[in-house]
Amino acid sequence: MGIRFVLMVNKQGQTRLAQYYEYLNIEERRTLEGEIVRKCLARNEQQCSFVEHRNYKVVYRRYASLFFLVGVDNEENELAILEFIHLLVETMDRHFGNVCELDIMFHLEKAHFMLEEMVMNGCIVETSKANILSPIQLMDKAA
Amino acid sequence: MAGGGPSLMDSLFQRSLDDLIKGLRLSSPDNKLNFISKSLDEIRREIKSTDPQTKSTALQKLTYLHSLHAVDMSFAAFHSVELSSSAIHSHKRVAFLSAALSFNPSTTDFILLLTHQLRKDLSSPNHHDVSLALSTISSICNPDLARDLTPELFTLLSSSKMFVRKKAIAAVLRVFEQYPDAVRVCFKRVVENLEGADMGVLSAVVGLFCELTVNEPRSYLPLAPEFYKILVDCRNNWVLIKVLKIFAKLAPLEPRLGKRVVEPICEHMGRTGAKSLAFECVRTIVTSLSEHESALKLAVEKMREFLLDDDPNLKYLGLQALAIVSEKHMWAVLENKELVVKALSDVDVNIKLEALRLVMSMVSEDNVMEICRILMSHALKSDPEFCNEILEFILLTCSRNVYEVIIDFDWYVSFLGEMARIPHCQKGREIEAQLVDIGMRVKDARLELVHVARDLVIDPALLGNLYIHGVLAAAAWVSGEYVELSRNPFELMEALLQPRTSLLPPSVRAVYIQSAFKVLTFCIYSYLGLNGDVASEPVSDTELDNDNVVITHKQTPSTSSSKHNLTQESIMSLLNLIETNLGPLAGSDEVEVQERASNVLGLIKLMKPRIIGGLNQSEEDKIKEELKASETIKLIYDAFSEELAPVSLNSQERVPIPDGLVLKENLNELEAICGDFKLPLSTSFSLVKTRMLEKDATSISECQSKEESEPSNESTSLLSEHRKRHGLYYLPSESKESVSNDYPPAHDPKDKAIDEAEDLVKLTEQSLVFKKKSNPLKPRPVVLRLDDGEKSNFVSKKLEVKEDLISGAVQEVLLGTEASTSSSISKLSKKSSKGVPELKDNTGNNDLSEVSLAGSGRKKHNKERKHKSSGKEKEEHNNKDKQKSDRRHSKHKSRQRADSALAAQSQVIPDFLL
Repeated sequence: MGIRFVLMVNKQGQTRLAQYYEYLNIEERRTLEGEIVRKCLARNEQQCSFVEHRNYKVVYRRYASLFFLVGVDNEENELAILEFIHLLVETMDRHFGNVCELDIMFHLEKAHFMLEEMVMNGCIVETSKANILSPIQLMDKAA
Repeated sequence: MAGGGPSLMDSLFQRSLDDLIKGLRLSSPDNKLNFISKSLDEIRREIKSTDPQTKSTALQKLTYLHSLHAVDMSFAAFHSVELSSSAIHSHKRVAFLSAALSFNPSTTDFILLLTHQLRKDLSSPNHHDVSLALSTISSICNPDLARDLTPELFTLLSSSKMFVRKKAIAAVLRVFEQYPDAVRVCFKRVVENLEGADMGVLSAVVGLFCELTVNEPRSYLPLAPEFYKILVDCRNNWVLIKVLKIFAKLAPLEPRLGKRVVEPICEHMGRTGAKSLAFECVRTIVTSLSEHESALKLAVEKMREFLLDDDPNLKYLGLQALAIVSEKHMWAVLENKELVVKALSDVDVNIKLEALRLVMSMVSEDNVMEICRILMSHALKSDPEFCNEILEFILLTCSRNVYEVIIDFDWYVSFLGEMARIPHCQKGREIEAQLVDIGMRVKDARLELVHVARDLVIDPALLGNLYIHGVLAAAAWVSGEYVELSRNPFELMEALLQPRTSLLPPSVRAVYIQSAFKVLTFCIYSYLGLNGDVASEPVSDTELDNDNVVITHKQTPSTSSSKHNLTQESIMSLLNLIETNLGPLAGSDEVEVQERASNVLGLIKLMKPRIIGGLNQSEEDKIKEELKASETIKLIYDAFSEELAPVSLNSQERVPIPDGLVLKENLNELEAICGDFKLPLSTSFSLVKTRMLEKDATSISECQSKEESEPSNESTSLLSEHRKRHGLYYLPSESKESVSNDYPPAHDPKDKAIDEAEDLVKLTEQSLVFKKKSNPLKPRPVVLRLDDGEKSNFVSKKLEVKEDLISGAVQEVLLGTEASTSSSISKLSKKSSKGVPELKDNTGNNDLSEVSLAGSGRKKHNKERKHKSSGKEKEEHNNKDKQKSDRRHSKHKSRQRADSALAAQSQVIPDFLL
């Protein structure tokens, strides 16, 4: 199913956003997040952005204090996922203006909506920033 | 607020989500749980509120806590459902988001209550509502929901709003998975979207096919022309990557397709600046088009570029791609050998691992020594973790298929010794197993093995290293077992008894003592053989004639002029040495150690007077005594010189089972005890015990009686009973005297059940030959079944069935193989008037001539689909005459036959499932 989960985690390893595209119960999520965070956060800049974990391949990228981790299945193109992460960050940047951890914390719903526009059922469905943001802007206007 | 109806106060002074987040941030880590549970209490009250705003905020907070703080929110499922019907879009969003994040599609019953609301939203004129509903469906869809909403989805698949259409396409994948019959309804519309111009739609539909083709690519071959068009025309990298993935699946099925696509793929690879697309091209070529030489060459060049790049990501992927090629085209790896080896010292352990895998794939008979040398030097300078990875790979590769790649065993054995000495080495177990295994399998390696073992045993520094105790046990066993090959048994004895052996765990120590026992037996035997007239075996002579014997030990008398340095005095000092060292152990707490020490001491007690005796006795008595001693020692020695060898798994079966022997029961228990132990443990009982101690301490005593086949000198009543019952495991020749013998234990039944029946010799002769054949023989049925199950890489079997259903239905739609409408479909069509006409269109819309066209591989023609629709009229004929059509199908190519068989199978299953 392509993308299995998208996680945003801060430097301390606290989850700031978790979106799963397959059902895992709370306990499973917690252990998975813990394991992955431990594995990825220990790595440095000179190391590659791919980590194999269980049956996932985790593609991650660090932006300032925030780690974006995307779990994919083995079929997925790792570099494309890196680009996807970058697109996600750029989209958030455009909306929040230099996005930071607090933006995501206080606007978790919006972050989820953006993701929802970009990814459905683990497939990337939209890659244009304007298209992704237009429904959200509309909602903001309505509110 | 007794009773807890939500009050006005709650609504007025409700904490907002922001308040909650701020509160969470302010609370100390210790206080956090407290704060959460307090907030949860509030939420539980607020969520019951009749005011939708209050309810919505409560749900929002709960979703937040659930998503980031792992709070269970299953209690609120109904409230989500309730709020989802709100007319206010933002409330609806909160409700659906909470549902999407928390509902379990297979257990949350409330999903069914959403059906109506979702249907309403799907047909809403507000496309944001529609989009929201589609997102929700794609995350919480279960079979019921999928079945009930298929008609609405079908409509949306050709919605004029691309925004909606692309989401419908993405959602329909989930619906297909949950309810394969939906394929019959929706598939055609999905296919139509392949020709759309909208990038979002195209991206979604290609993504959908990419997922579908993973499981059963053959069904989608007829769509190859559409995919080809996208491959050639599209300039969107996201889409191209997905299309490449589809072709990677399709190309191996149809060689002509491969020929056709290889060119545009190479073009993309050369043209694109996007590394992701370039890499996908490389991957497609190496996985599916590697027989196209020029393309492969280009791909390998590209890989080399990646490997040379500074970006660790590209390096990693380059190595991975190389690993894929290596299976079929080793030259590509060899060409980049130096880059791969360089990657072994990368800063990134993931890259190092990939490189290591590649290096190991290069191993062959010719280069194994060189590669191992290189890896060894890497292992020495690596961090402990990677060092052990390297060692594991080496051990695994070298021992593969019974040491297939090893020619020079002398080298390998000393290499194993070297490995054990690496400070970080934690692979003691594997080394241990291999040392013993080689000892038994490879006769010619024994001399070197004994030398290696001597070096290991004699080094006092190694005794302190916890990880290699197993290796030491193996070395000690080898020293004892093949003592006749040793240059200096005295030295060996000293090594086995050195004071630092107290650092060893009892199980290993027991092996040491047992080996000392063997060495002692050998020494006395040689001594008596030389001084008396019992010498019958030339073995000892040849070894002891060795002039290089090092005479540095105090027990070797300086007066000794004998070149064998086996004098009465030297033997006596040897006996004294043993007595001094093992004496205290006779009182050891560890039964194994204590018992074995007693054995040795018992033997010494028996032998000492006879060897010494000559001094004060008459010549006649002396000879008599010596003769007695010789007899005894000869018996023991013979027992020890019985050859051990690997035995085939099946050899046990070939031994007739005596009456009254409850073989099965015992073995079953044994299995439970040591089922997990994979290593071919062949040394001795005590090694087995090590494992026992760790895994299952309580079962030791049980094991001893069942598994131990190494009886001690004094046969206890238990042992004799065991012997009576399981006489099979005992050498009959030994029964006349209570002598110790060293049977191979009936350890590790999975690997090598060594049985000591009288036909052992016969069996061992065959065993090596049988090994290869018999190994797969036993597990075969299991393997076969696994093969079936793994064919299409599924997570669960249930899913597999469903995928088969999907591809079956797809085949129906595309090829029109069968047009039987299943009961569920007719049910569905009754339900929704919209579905009916389309249904007819979709099911079996091909006449047979079309089928044969598709079957004969002319799928690249774009027109095919239009042809298809022209065959609709004949559909009814097909419907009526199932059997006839089946028969006609069988005339087509075998592939076609397989397809229809698949389709036929898939038609049976839905009726069972739904």
